[in-house]
Amino acid sequence: MTAGYNTISMGTGRKEFNPKKERPGLDHYIKDAGQGVLKQIGGADKIDESVIGNFMSARFNKQAHLGGFAGAIDPKLEFKPSLSVEGACGSGGLSLITGIRSVLAETADTVLSIGVEVQNTVKAIYGADILAGAGWFDKRKHGHAYFFPGQFSDRAGVYYEKYGHEYARNGMRRWFVNAIENARLDPTAQEYHNSTPDLAVLYDKMTPNGKAFVDHLNVLDCSKVSDGASGIVVASEEGLQRMGIDKKDAVEVAGWAQLTRNITNDPPDPVELTTIKAAAAKAMEMAGITMDQVGTVETHDCFSIAGILAVEALGLAAPGKGAEYVAEGNTARNGKMPMNTTGGLIGWGHPTGGTGVHQAVTIWQQLTGKAGDAQITLSDDRPYGLTINMGGDDVTVVAIVYKRA
Amino acid sequence: MNYDEKLQHVSVLGAAGKMGSGILLLTAVEMADLSLKPENKGKAFVLNAIDLSDQALAGVVAYLRAQVVKIAEKKAVLLRQFYADRNDLIENYDIIEQYVNDVLALVRPTTAMEVAYKSTLIFEAVSENKDLKVKIFKQIDQNNPNKPWYFTNTSSVPIHMIEGEAGLDGRVLGFHFYNPPAVQRLVELIVTEKTLPEVNQFALDYAKALGKVVVPSNDFAGFIGNGHFMRDALYGIKLAEELAKDHPFAEAVYMVNKVSQDFLVRPMGIFQLIDYVGIDVVQFIMKVMNPFLDDEDLHSDLLDKMMEMGVKGGQMSSGAQKDGFLKYEKGAVVAVFDTDQNEYSDVVNFASACEAALGALPNSFKPWKAAVRIKDKDSHFGPYFNDMKQMDSLGAQLALGYGKNSDAIGRKLLTDKVARSEQDVNTVMLTGFFHAFGPINNYFA
Ligand SMILES: NC(=O)c1ccc[n+]([C@@H]2O[C@H](COP(=O)([O-])OP(=O)(O)OC[C@H]3O[C@@H](n4cnc5c(N)ncnc54)[C@H](O)[C@@H]3O)[C@@H](O)[C@H]2O)c1
Repeated sequence: MTAGYNTISMGTGRKEFNPKKERPGLDHYIKDAGQGVLKQIGGADKIDESVIGNFMSARFNKQAHLGGFAGAIDPKLEFKPSLSVEGACGSGGLSLITGIRSVLAETADTVLSIGVEVQNTVKAIYGADILAGAGWFDKRKHGHAYFFPGQFSDRAGVYYEKYGHEYARNGMRRWFVNAIENARLDPTAQEYHNSTPDLAVLYDKMTPNGKAFVDHLNVLDCSKVSDGASGIVVASEEGLQRMGIDKKDAVEVAGWAQLTRNITNDPPDPVELTTIKAAAAKAMEMAGITMDQVGTVETHDCFSIAGILAVEALGLAAPGKGAEYVAEGNTARNGKMPMNTTGGLIGWGHPTGGTGVHQAVTIWQQLTGKAGDAQITLSDDRPYGLTINMGGDDVTVVAIVYKRA
Repeated sequence: MNYDEKLQHVSVLGAAGKMGSGILLLTAVEMADLSLKPENKGKAFVLNAIDLSDQALAGVVAYLRAQVVKIAEKKAVLLRQFYADRNDLIENYDIIEQYVNDVLALVRPTTAMEVAYKSTLIFEAVSENKDLKVKIFKQIDQNNPNKPWYFTNTSSVPIHMIEGEAGLDGRVLGFHFYNPPAVQRLVELIVTEKTLPEVNQFALDYAKALGKVVVPSNDFAGFIGNGHFMRDALYGIKLAEELAKDHPFAEAVYMVNKVSQDFLVRPMGIFQLIDYVGIDVVQFIMKVMNPFLDDEDLHSDLLDKMMEMGVKGGQMSSGAQKDGFLKYEKGAVVAVFDTDQNEYSDVVNFASACEAALGALPNSFKPWKAAVRIKDKDSHFGPYFNDMKQMDSLGAQLALGYGKNSDAIGRKLLTDKVARSEQDVNTVMLTGFFHAFGPINNYFA
């Protein structure tokens, strides 16, 4: 993969965001991300096909059929294959996977992969309805007003019960603090302008309140509501040559997995991200590596508790030990395993259908030294990066292992 | 008749007015919530919105809808429980829409007073005119077989006078909301010697359900809030007139406004507050209160003069501030009315000179926004005003005199037996007027 590009993640937190003013729509973000990629590869004629990952534009923007927007990015993408894919918040990951499959099937050498979502078109309370589409609609009636926060609040509740409330909150607080501190280093991040002096104090002030929101999470435990898009090119070696891109400016896809769980069932274990666990193991097996060789991870922290549970699913900590692992600073940018180094979904933002691609862009930046102020140092014995992109409550999962090419 | 039954048939008089529309909104939401309780299923709840013009009532319905949508969006978590057995309502969107419809369905806008003849509870917020209020109450009471209870929103008319003249024996009390009722948390509750205990109890229950802070006030013209505000305003006006002997009038007004806002750490200066309430309203309330006061004259020639010149202040229907003593642009003060010139004088021309004349604020100054949140008031304001006492600037002197007078007004409300405790006076000024510290304190002694 190469030539990654992120638009700004727009929404609350950005100084320029004003919910009362009219804002750019879906087409703006698709074009911005697509053109940002094309500029780096010498133009659209180098691209064989396009894939656009998106979750719910049909409701957020009353717009379906996003494959049709490729030609709006550049006329030279018209009359070439272009399609859209959907797997809730895992849509971006599916866009990458679709590109990978096409390259492996040798139906394309270069695929423009985009992920996009424009969510600030409705108030949060109605956005919750739309996002609830990532779960089974039969369960909506008895779900929470804020459906997904409700699902993960329930998971958090069980985690508190099992391992201790204070103990868990310590880990979740640190997860939040890391997210904001990392976001402050990336100018495209939604929390880039965040200047709260003491984040931990702020976090502790906001006691979860089930009457106004959910029982076990406060809003700082949640990912952002975002408008944004990301793009990257998935290419074969021939494709790289055609674009004239040096290998040192690309990352190799060393392994990947895309698994889904039955959406009509509840998760088998509330304190385990079972699908993530299986997908990560499969992708690493394909790459022929273990977590010891991974230098950085981008994981799907739609909620801080999902970050903690991912740490456990990846085997970085034993079940129940994830909160401690995070609280001790192991996932901070200077820790043992830097995670979500540009802020993740809580700090950088979560344009739902765009997130999977954003994760790939961050790993590409980190492995090729293009992360700017957010750059971390990776040691040579751990040259791999890993992304975990999740749709719904651990239903659709995309795991990808990357390596310096 | 229990609480829920009492709220089954209600009328709001003056429902299209500033206060009436807010009272209508709060009552409609409370009634809808009652109607959604399982035990009230199938019972009819009726809320009459009575005013003089159909056009104004149409505006109120639009206002209600917009406000109820906002309220519903905020309490979606609770609403999902209300409608848990409605399988056709699944998404927040469905539930919020249903709730808005349910609230609006019980509101009956009308210009026909006769509908109140069936009500058991009547909120009154018609124009501030005792004879009008008495006339309406009499008419309803003579035609209504239910012996309804009357909650009047009057700001200045003693309740026992309304009670006596309308013949309501014990069934009326003052339920004095602050403007705007939907936002302001304070309610002054005024009972007469005759008010029945069950009427009082219901008022307390209703206020609690609305999340209001209740302060009892004795039945004396102006009650606590206006009792303080009117005298405080008169002091500010006299101070400005005094200063105007040495300074142009507009500058005097500017300085007094600044002293009462910044030096005394209030959300707005006294002239801005007069404009906010409306010069006409302030003049009128003073006029209503004055006959009841034997040891003072609550009257200002300056207010009369402003009214004659057609400068009234108050708010536009959009909620934006109209020009009064001060002229506003996007909420900021840009000019001050000069009664000699009969025109506004731009602040930029004299602001810095006035500020220099007043002198600096004490170093321990904290702006209102921060100071209003301080829990232990004495720990901040004690030292702050002590610092001020060490300064001999004009601003410090004026502020200390102003604070001392405000304290004296507060204590007088106690000796006049308008308020029952120091705390009640302070609660009214803290909650209803958003002062950062109560008027009764020891800072100015
Ligand atoms: N505005 C305030 O800050 C404030 C604060 C507290 C209390 N109050 C009191 O509330 C009451 C209403 O004040 P407001 O500011 O809302 O005034 P307003 O002028 O905005 O509203 C009064 C409403 O009463 C209606 N009305 C007049 N005569 C009527 C009649 N015979 N039948 C039905 N409706 C009639 C008018 O059409 C108008 O809509 C007054 O008693 C006032 O003292 C006002």
